Amino acid sequence: MTPFHADPDEAMFLHGYFPAILEGLRSTLLVSAVSLAIACVFGLIGAGAKLSASRAANIAADTYTTLIRGLPELVLLLLIFYGGQILINSLADKAGLGYLDINPFIAGTTTLGFIFGAYLTETFRGAILAIPRGQSEAGLAYGMSRGQVLRRIVLPQMVRHAIPGFTNNWLVMIKATALLSIIGLDDMVHRANLASAATREPFTFYAAIGGIYLAVTTVSILLLGWVERRFSLGVRKVEF
Amino acid sequence: MVDWTLIAESWPLYLNGLKVSLILMAISVSASFLLSVPLAIARVSPNPLLSKPVFLYTYVIRGTPLLVQLYMIYFGLAQFEWLRESAAWPLFRNAWFCAWLAFALNSTAYTTEILAGALRQTPSGELEAARSLGLSTFSIYRRILLPSAMRRALPQYGNELVMVMHATSIASAVTIVELTRTARDVYYNNLAPLEAFGLVAVFYFIITFTLVGLVKLLEARFLKHLRPKSADPRPA
Repeated sequence: MTPFHADPDEAMFLHGYFPAILEGLRSTLLVSAVSLAIACVFGLIGAGAKLSASRAANIAADTYTTLIRGLPELVLLLLIFYGGQILINSLADKAGLGYLDINPFIAGTTTLGFIFGAYLTETFRGAILAIPRGQSEAGLAYGMSRGQVLRRIVLPQMVRHAIPGFTNNWLVMIKATALLSIIGLDDMVHRANLASAATREPFTFYAAIGGIYLAVTTVSILLLGWVERRFSLGVRKVEF
Repeated sequence: MVDWTLIAESWPLYLNGLKVSLILMAISVSASFLLSVPLAIARVSPNPLLSKPVFLYTYVIRGTPLLVQLYMIYFGLAQFEWLRESAAWPLFRNAWFCAWLAFALNSTAYTTEILAGALRQTPSGELEAARSLGLSTFSIYRRILLPSAMRRALPQYGNELVMVMHATSIASAVTIVELTRTARDVYYNNLAPLEAFGLVAVFYFIITFTLVGLVKLLEARFLKHLRPKSADPRPA
């Protein structure tokens, strides 16, 4: 750590790099939030496909979740980042456009959303299956439309069952955003790399961003715990 | 579309990467398993002086990215002069040692929680029976608690093995030429992402599903007594 110094400039927190690190945190959080939104869309579509009566939809969704779970995130990230670059450029070439650069933000959020959508598919599928069938049937018998049953009965209860798995996936995803620094996203890890090189104090900076990640995961756990309690009102806990 | 000659030329490089990835995984997993058994016992202990520090350890490790942990060990520790001047410096300068340390410490945190969870699920009757037979605490752990917890932990531990396998891809960030680094090198030399990363995907797929298959075999062997009788289609 920085030793105590009489000179106020020398004693400055993280050698004055703190604002830059915080800016990196903003981009880390933004990537996480956008990836999560994309993952939820993929997850809901995947869960719908797995639960649907269509054989083709079942196979497509199974292929999706199996493929994703068999590969490291970093490999998928590199494949989509570099592969997508070439694909888009060959398309742009045919369309007569010039060279297009894929933005690491777009590549990163799409890839993370696609990866974690596969994990959320399983979470959402399990959560929907946990709701007793009779409840939807009762809703239909009372004259609600399918949309109303989904909105009033299935989705609110699904949240309660999905929260524990959702929390886990969210925590894994926030940590996975660190990998995006490898494809050139200007996130917190990237900022720490730069500050380390400039100050020759890499431990200080990596420990600092480690602490920030820990704070983000801790706040997430507390917040999602509160959401789970909120959606479990009136549900009796099992007592052993 | 796909350049098959490139694949035919480069796949022997991947075999070398595969060897490195598997060695990295094996040494990380064995160290984390050995460490996590005593830590899990401490984690479920009623004594807070034992359980709280282990909780703190697993919480901090599980709450931070592995890449940052690896950077802290490999790039970060060089900041300290006392370490650079100590006898341990040749170890910490070595990428292999740092990657092994980071992966082992990281996996220890997850494995400890898996084992501790399985220990907590021990049916109280098993413990009472062991106590009533007059077994010592050491024997109870060695003969009753640990074997039964490890059996219950098997499905989750299988996931953890796959996670460690996938985590070894991060070693490519610190100069180790394992599978992912091989793919990145092949990509940079030929600018053929589909071939370079497609081939490595096939390798990872084969290892992942071999691991999953092995764990299924172990489950079939060690969790036989837990399978519902009616669900077994074979005649008795």
